[in-house]
Amino acid sequence: MKRRDFVKNSVVVIAGASVPLAALDIVDPNEVLAANEDIHWAFLLDTHKCVGCGFCVKACKTENDIPFEAKVTRTWVERYVFTKDDRRYIDSPDGALYGYTESRIALGKGEYQEIDPDNVGKAFFVPKLCNHCETPPCTQVCPVGATFKTDTGPVLVDKTWCIGCGYCIMACPYGARYFNPIDKVADKCTFCYHRLAKGLETACVNACPFGARKMCNIRDINDPVTKIILNQRVGVLKDEFGTRPQAFYIGLAQEVR
Amino acid sequence: MIEQVAGMVVHGQAWTVKELFVLPNEYIYWSIQIVMYPYMTGLVAGAFVLSSLYHVFGVTKLKEIARFSLVFSFALLPVAMMPLMLHLQQPFRGINVLMTPHFTSAISAFGIVFLTYAFIVAGEIWFVYRKHFVEMTNELQAKPDRTGMDSFYLLIYKCLTLGAMNLDEESLQKDHKAVKFLASIGIPVACFLHGYAGFIFGSVKANALWMTPLMPVIFICSAVVSGIALCILCYVLAQEARKFLAKRKMARWANDPQAPTIEALHGAEQSEVAMTANYLLYFMIAAATLEILDMIFRGYTQVKSWDILREVILERDFTKIFILQYGLGNVLPFILMMLPGRTVRRTTIATVLVLFGVFMMRWNVVIGGQAFSLSFAGFMDYHLPIIPHDMETFKEGLFGALTVIATPFVLFWFLAKVVPPFLKGDELH
Repeated sequence: MKRRDFVKNSVVVIAGASVPLAALDIVDPNEVLAANEDIHWAFLLDTHKCVGCGFCVKACKTENDIPFEAKVTRTWVERYVFTKDDRRYIDSPDGALYGYTESRIALGKGEYQEIDPDNVGKAFFVPKLCNHCETPPCTQVCPVGATFKTDTGPVLVDKTWCIGCGYCIMACPYGARYFNPIDKVADKCTFCYHRLAKGLETACVNACPFGARKMCNIRDINDPVTKIILNQRVGVLKDEFGTRPQAFYIGLAQEVR
Repeated sequence: MIEQVAGMVVHGQAWTVKELFVLPNEYIYWSIQIVMYPYMTGLVAGAFVLSSLYHVFGVTKLKEIARFSLVFSFALLPVAMMPLMLHLQQPFRGINVLMTPHFTSAISAFGIVFLTYAFIVAGEIWFVYRKHFVEMTNELQAKPDRTGMDSFYLLIYKCLTLGAMNLDEESLQKDHKAVKFLASIGIPVACFLHGYAGFIFGSVKANALWMTPLMPVIFICSAVVSGIALCILCYVLAQEARKFLAKRKMARWANDPQAPTIEALHGAEQSEVAMTANYLLYFMIAAATLEILDMIFRGYTQVKSWDILREVILERDFTKIFILQYGLGNVLPFILMMLPGRTVRRTTIATVLVLFGVFMMRWNVVIGGQAFSLSFAGFMDYHLPIIPHDMETFKEGLFGALTVIATPFVLFWFLAKVVPPFLKGDELH
């Protein structure tokens, strides 16, 4: 056989074989087990119950090995204080990792504002985390498909494949993503996927002493938390982006963005 | 204030200063290198469009600058990718974009578009210079006493001919045709390459400043502006250098009896710059119109984000936008070029200002887009790291940016040894 013919034939064989071979996908049993039609995880946050203790943030950082010193966090609590003369103050120092133990409001750049308690109109706390959106903009923009929505709802990052471009961080309207200071890849709340797989609740739900955070399988209409979402008036953050968040809020104020 | 615990400094923390309420995870993640990225791709695309004006539309007055900008565009090409690689947190995984592209992402096709464009430019250069390669091969082969350097060049030229040594009329005609074809498909691809950089920003719905369908068009226009400006500037600098060398017979080519005289060089410079400057003006008008339209539209419609955008545009970034970008970068060069009796020197000053203006536009888009929090209740200030104290502050600091700017000139210097960007005598089509 001439060299030319050999090359030609090889190309034909490879091209011909690759078509049927591509149809064979290697099936991972874990993947099949994880894809459960009957489960879709959702989150419920009751802002009336949150007191800003920061236990959830501590629990999350401990559970997921995010250093306390790192100024990023998978979940955080925001404090809103509106005075009677209509001044609005919001802060979240260290994401409320150490709780709100001081009454003064952090203004950034090391400055603080003391507020007269008699002048406070309304004040409340809002816990936040990744909304694990139904149509997540972050997974859409990942150029390598390193971040993806799992079949049961949580949006995850494959830290062995992320190239660290930061596009997903830019695309998230909720600021839920950041660069992990240790792995140097995009990182975010996983709904404690590893715990859910074992039948446990997330670390933050587990740590919340006031029941401000709850989790449920939104496909199970008998689940008490699902019932709240279905029967009560709940809101989501920034619905104008069309992301269909899966974290629902009770008592959401319009000022919360 | 900034903790320096090794490994605990979060990406972005070193150069971000937060004010009022900013979400805990928010930093200026896209910094100077992402300013450089659209700037450099813009220069590539613009330089190519300029060269195509001659090759496709037959604007013969641009003959010389066309060849120059084609080679320069090729030198700029690898640099369009450099800022991205410097910016990645995992640069060694950069290849994953080509290996496992995720096509719903606006940046996944970057590698494909970029490579397509690179092949078009490389192909065009090859067809333009094939005659030169063959001639050089023959000339060096005929040389009886070849030095080591000559042999080295012979090897390079021999490889570059790809075995196509035919120089008869018919094959040269085919070269012309191929150049024209490549240049004409190159224009849409160049515009796509850059419009696509605009799309990367314009499609981020989370960012109130970026999200506008005008973004790709704005980017293309300002790309052409910056590309043409850079070509004029480099062309003038190169011509001045050649005049200087010709006067003192310092370069080898200057002693050649066929070498262009100083008057010829001067005449060519005058006419080429005058012509190109007109094109620069047209594109400047288009770019400025679109940018101002975008701003007026935002001010007029006053959607939710306008409150914070107004504060960023009209107060915090006023100097950067209205003084540096529009004033120094658009209005002043425009006046300089519109005033009667335009000279090469005045045009050159104008091009420097235009280049600065386009750079400021990229800055104001990329950094300005991150100057306010997603909460619309706080601001972030970007402090460009000047003195690097680790790899990250080097890569995403002043020196990283300067490395990116310097690279095309170094590449151009090497490229010019093999593919001379200036015409000699009556050659070229």
